[in-house]
Amino acid sequence: MKREKGKKAFENRKEKIKKLMLGSAEKRGFVGSFVVYLLLIVISFIFLYPVLYMLSRSLMSRNDLLDSSAMWIPSSITLHNYESAILTMDYWNSLLKNLYLAVVPTLAQVFICSAAGYGFARYNFPLKKLWMGILILAFLLPSQTIALPNYLVFQNLRMIDGTIKPFLITSILGQGFKSTLCILIFYNFHKQVPQSLIEAAEIDGAGHLKAYFQIAIPLAGAAIVVVTLFSFVWYWNETYLVRNYLGYGTTRNTALTTLMLELNNFDKSYENAYTTWASSVTSTDRINDAVRMAGTVLAIAPLMILYFVLQKQFVESVDKAGITGE
Amino acid sequence: MSKKKRNPHDKRRITRRTLREWGFGYLFIAPWIVGVSIFFLYAMVRSLEFSFSKVELSNGVILHPLENGIFENFVKVFTTDVNFPTILANFGVGLVLQLPVIIAFSLIIALLLNSKIRCRSLFRMIFFLPVIIATGPVMSKLTAQGVSSVPMVSQNALLSILSELPEFIYQPISNLFSGLIMILWNSGIQILIFLAGLQKVPRTLYEAAKIDGASGWESFWKITLPTVKPLILLNSIYTVVTLATGGTNEIIELIYTATYTATQGYSYAMAMSWIYTLVVSVILLLVFLLLREKSDRHVVYEQKRVVIKGVPVKNG
Repeated sequence: MKREKGKKAFENRKEKIKKLMLGSAEKRGFVGSFVVYLLLIVISFIFLYPVLYMLSRSLMSRNDLLDSSAMWIPSSITLHNYESAILTMDYWNSLLKNLYLAVVPTLAQVFICSAAGYGFARYNFPLKKLWMGILILAFLLPSQTIALPNYLVFQNLRMIDGTIKPFLITSILGQGFKSTLCILIFYNFHKQVPQSLIEAAEIDGAGHLKAYFQIAIPLAGAAIVVVTLFSFVWYWNETYLVRNYLGYGTTRNTALTTLMLELNNFDKSYENAYTTWASSVTSTDRINDAVRMAGTVLAIAPLMILYFVLQKQFVESVDKAGITGE
Repeated sequence: MSKKKRNPHDKRRITRRTLREWGFGYLFIAPWIVGVSIFFLYAMVRSLEFSFSKVELSNGVILHPLENGIFENFVKVFTTDVNFPTILANFGVGLVLQLPVIIAFSLIIALLLNSKIRCRSLFRMIFFLPVIIATGPVMSKLTAQGVSSVPMVSQNALLSILSELPEFIYQPISNLFSGLIMILWNSGIQILIFLAGLQKVPRTLYEAAKIDGASGWESFWKITLPTVKPLILLNSIYTVVTLATGGTNEIIELIYTATYTATQGYSYAMAMSWIYTLVVSVILLLVFLLLREKSDRHVVYEQKRVVIKGVPVKNG
């Protein structure tokens, strides 16, 4: 009798443990959770691996680089690499120029793309399908085909002089970096706003423009945040068109620059800087991986800071822009 | 509405209103139309012209007709640069291989993130980070360091077996392995798109299926997958577009260099870029045809959704 009871209790406990480990119909068990977390952590590590590597390398001294035992953790942390990289890239100066080059066209781009997206979403007009088709085509086709003719347009206008002009003109005309994608995001967003809301305002006597500025724009706050952030990132990261517009194809300009360009030319600039800034250095001070990694960290540092401050806005952007449709 | 019907001048009034609508529609997109006409349509025509003629650079661009057949530049691209066909083939095959990896991977991560877990926002933040920092110069610096792949993955037995395959198949596959991290770095946006789609599936639907005796596996195939299917098309197209225009691809660099190389020049570079555009377009078309939603299935899906939400069918 007693033995049977004990057996029953044991069975009961076994059942409970089994439920806890493997889960039941209602709840995922421990094993399931463990697998999910393990996978997520492993994948996170894979994702972060290059970043971690970059950070650890950039803090290493020359000796650590050669020492295979200091694979991950530098034996002594040195900021020397950062000093060299800052000198090489003319960092603070380039940073300011880059901010100017990214912020101003971004603002123009957001303003114009929002209007265009609204125009497409709210109104019907003749040839709308044709223009929409062109819009989608412009999104799909690689921009390398049109980069050269566009460069020549600006060259004819004598605007390839290392100033912001080509960037500003393209963004004002809705042809900035990834403008098409911005328009599509706004289109999607304005499409979701109930038409009746805007029509009601128009019936109440608000003109078309007033309805846009006082109703549509405040409602599109989330989309505006998304497009502004991403435009900034895109302008920051673009190199192909920047090289064209600043005239790097032919002569190196001393005017505007971006950190990505500086990073692209890093090795060359280092050689130049190295010969000019110090006559007394020995040949062991030649460029090494640690300096390159420090340069890379510095080039993306502003974006990283922006991302960590505004990560919620970035991560929820896809939800908010309504790309998945409703 | 009823007022309008009584109005005898009904038609003309509507016309005037419609005209106003047209006007404002065009007003809103006017800057874009000017821009797209100059910097897209005109530029397309120009680059076509370049690729079908001989460009002389003297105080501006002068175009001469070609001497040896109209496809001279295109032929030249394939005959003078021995590397170009290989690089192009590698790019095409690589893209076709990378695409399912990125899609499957981002779907798996989205599913993991969609399950009941803690720290979801932390993980999301990690997976989205590459979207912000993964750019041409950064990626090339990292690839040069050999961190584009987790060390253990790159030298495994599988690769040595695969090396028996013909070069043009083996090369993209080995690229796939050696650049695995960089490939995964391209899936940030896709993960979020899938996740957003998954989160829109009402939990009650899964519960209902469970009550009806469906297993988790069946729920996945019958509920989850149909939900994300339209997103697979969206994500695939997005992936192809980003990979094709992204800064890490060799062909773009090749086109750029050719533009400013004296022996190759504008018409050569533009011919090259048109070949490239053609290849990308074909891949996009294939992706679209393969993944597009069959219309009847779409209807069934729509109906399902409507029944679940318990709201009447909306037209359009």
